[in-house]
Amino acid sequence: MIRKLRGFFRELLLYKSALAGIIIIASLVVLSLYAVITIPYEEAVKKWNSIEYWEGLPRNAMPSWVNFFTRNKLPETIILDTRGRGENINNINKTIVPLSGGKYIQRILLTFNYVYDDFPSEIILRIYSNSTKQFTSQITWVKPGGIEYILSRKLLRGYEAYYVSKDEDFLKRFNANLISKLGSKPSYDLDVVIALFAEEESSILSKDTVKVSKGEYKVIVDVLIGEEDVNKVQIDAKLTVYGKVYGIAGTDHRRRDLVLALLWGAPIALAFGLTASITIAFTQMFIASISAWYGKGMDFSIQRITEIFMVLPFLPMVLMISYFYKITIWRLLLVVILLSIFGSGVKSYRAMFLQIKELPYIEAATAYGASSFRIVLRYMIPKILPTMIPSIVLSVPDFVFLEAALALLGVGDPQAVTWGRVLEDAAREAALYKGYYYWILEPSAFLLITALGFAMLGLALDKIFNPRLREM
Amino acid sequence: MVPNVMLSRHRYDTVKRLGKYIVMRGATILITTIIAIYIVILVANMGGYVDEIIKTEIQFYVYETIRNNPAYKGLNKSTIDRLAQEMIEREIKRLGLDRPFIYRSFNYLVDALTLNLGRSYRLTSASGSRQVKIVILERLPASILLFTSIQLMLFFSSLLTGLYLSRKYGSKVDRIIVSLSPLSSMPGWFYGLFLIMIFASWLRILPYGGIVDAPPPERPLLYALSVLKHMILPMLSWFIAYFAINTYSMRTFFLMFSSEDYVELAKAKGVPPREIERKYILRPTLPPIVTQLALLLISSWMGAIITENIFNWPGIGSLMWEAIANNDPPVMIGIVTIYAYLLAITVLLLDIIYALIDPRIKIGGAGT
Repeated sequence: MIRKLRGFFRELLLYKSALAGIIIIASLVVLSLYAVITIPYEEAVKKWNSIEYWEGLPRNAMPSWVNFFTRNKLPETIILDTRGRGENINNINKTIVPLSGGKYIQRILLTFNYVYDDFPSEIILRIYSNSTKQFTSQITWVKPGGIEYILSRKLLRGYEAYYVSKDEDFLKRFNANLISKLGSKPSYDLDVVIALFAEEESSILSKDTVKVSKGEYKVIVDVLIGEEDVNKVQIDAKLTVYGKVYGIAGTDHRRRDLVLALLWGAPIALAFGLTASITIAFTQMFIASISAWYGKGMDFSIQRITEIFMVLPFLPMVLMISYFYKITIWRLLLVVILLSIFGSGVKSYRAMFLQIKELPYIEAATAYGASSFRIVLRYMIPKILPTMIPSIVLSVPDFVFLEAALALLGVGDPQAVTWGRVLEDAAREAALYKGYYYWILEPSAFLLITALGFAMLGLALDKIFNPRLREM
Repeated sequence: MVPNVMLSRHRYDTVKRLGKYIVMRGATILITTIIAIYIVILVANMGGYVDEIIKTEIQFYVYETIRNNPAYKGLNKSTIDRLAQEMIEREIKRLGLDRPFIYRSFNYLVDALTLNLGRSYRLTSASGSRQVKIVILERLPASILLFTSIQLMLFFSSLLTGLYLSRKYGSKVDRIIVSLSPLSSMPGWFYGLFLIMIFASWLRILPYGGIVDAPPPERPLLYALSVLKHMILPMLSWFIAYFAINTYSMRTFFLMFSSEDYVELAKAKGVPPREIERKYILRPTLPPIVTQLALLLISSWMGAIITENIFNWPGIGSLMWEAIANNDPPVMIGIVTIYAYLLAITVLLLDIIYALIDPRIKIGGAGT
């Protein structure tokens, strides 16, 4: 047995495509195990559907490694948090400035160095105070070269999130200032991010020439505090300058790190594809063997049921059921299996069994009185197993893509974290029109590699197990 | 005289057997089709649940009209409620929703079988009609234009290439086609995504989707060219996905037949290769090939839900999807019924043709 198996593997490895297929499938299995072990499924689903968890990540950021290939360096996200988390401690400075009349200013100075060639995507400043009292605050933005802008004066109570990049009020003031400085208006819709990061010379007037002013930026948060509170009140600030690249896979429109979905897509795709193809193949084969062996009425009814299922259009049926009942991915698997067990496979396996049934050794078995059960299970099914294996392997990608297709139409499990769901998000957000190619390419690449892996292994197995093909 | 009588007697038997065979086949196919359509009716109506949705909508609609109609303004609440109840009941009766679903499901079945497709619940045709027949007929040309062309193109190109490769198997071209066959593990729509990315989004030389430019060109020739331009990417995506595997299976199929003993014998006798191909290889392989072509053409009428969705192609596939997404059972049932009928008729016709040409059926052992 072991020698047989070893011989089989030696023969299999003669095909380079089989080797490539095995390597691909093995690495997918490793990836799946890694995903399952490091992040439990419930946690992955919860994280993926959470909004708070991804707060610190930029929207629609490309993978970081694109910076290796382009001359224009895209910005990473910069986070400065006075509560001391993060590595930028040295750039944070908190002071208390006494004013006349018993008033004090708590000043938070955040400094960062901006060296990228492109503008950030968003800026958010969050201010936290540990008191329920209301304070006046003022936020100042200092560009390299000492150009200062007062962004806003706000009343602060408890927690305040200031969406700097959406401040239309500041934009109006900035534009007016620009006209008085340069004598003309920009020829495009200048936004707050550009206003805060661009060099203020004539280049700012056109969309094509506008440049990032590189160097040291400062953000000053001043909070006016009375004498009685100066030692009690604690003010904290967190500045997030969202970049345009993130991590190894980038992020989507809800700031989610695509790595999570790509990682968890692997075990789901493998589980879905393998379970579907193996269960369907074996059930079809079993039904066919009963049909062929018992014949007569049994054969007739099984054949008619098969024909009914062959008339039912598969994809519309799956779509109807999954759309109406909003089923989870594992229920979907069940529906797919139930709709397929009387598929056309029953007919082809039956044809094979009918040939086997006429073979002399079956006749011999009947002659010495073997039971029907024994003949079907021990003599007929083993004969057919080798021809089944290639078709099982070859049909795995079909089911992986079926899940992706359903997700793409928006009827997939809304909770599941699959490659298809990432594709759907990308398609729905018109990633192709907006040029977010990475968003489509990454899940597609995983689907493609999975499909190729199973196809290459399956075709090689086909040549080994169906010797008629081998000589061709 | 005696042999002549024998002959006609024999012919009579054959005709009788053939007739019996065809009637039997026809009956089984008809019953199969009816059961399949009934299952679709049950699923498309969610076992009667769609009725409940429609009833709630009627209620909502009736109260809305009463609220917005100044004529009912002054009436007191109980009168309005009574009026509303009457209107709701009338509407429910008009749609036939007052009888139990099981009873109506058989009405639906009879309607479907007599191709009395009725009116859609929500979807309308571009001309504003709710006749399911008109809604479907409006989408049919787009599906047939695209998918029948794709299937014909794929079928004949892979048939000819397969035949050519079977003649010179082991050659370089043959190896290339064989090594390309894993491409078919991915469906056509998947390649569609990449093609749109390359040709529409990046190079901007072909449209993202749709069937014709907006606004459509006035001159017929330009219109046709515009449609052709929109067909390139979907056709190409299916070609990439299915050409290699189809060619590969055709080639293998022909190779198996060309290694049969009678072909070897013909070769040994010195029959010219062209004649061997025509008489000894193509002829016996013709029935399965014709079956394959017929079934392909029938299935192409259903369009392709996902490809049409990705390319925004207004065919039957996207109509089916719209019907599902809008809970519109009459349209779904209509599409599936026509498909089932076409399939049943094709299968029966093929059976009859084979019964006529296949000597095994003529002689006896009809089999299944």
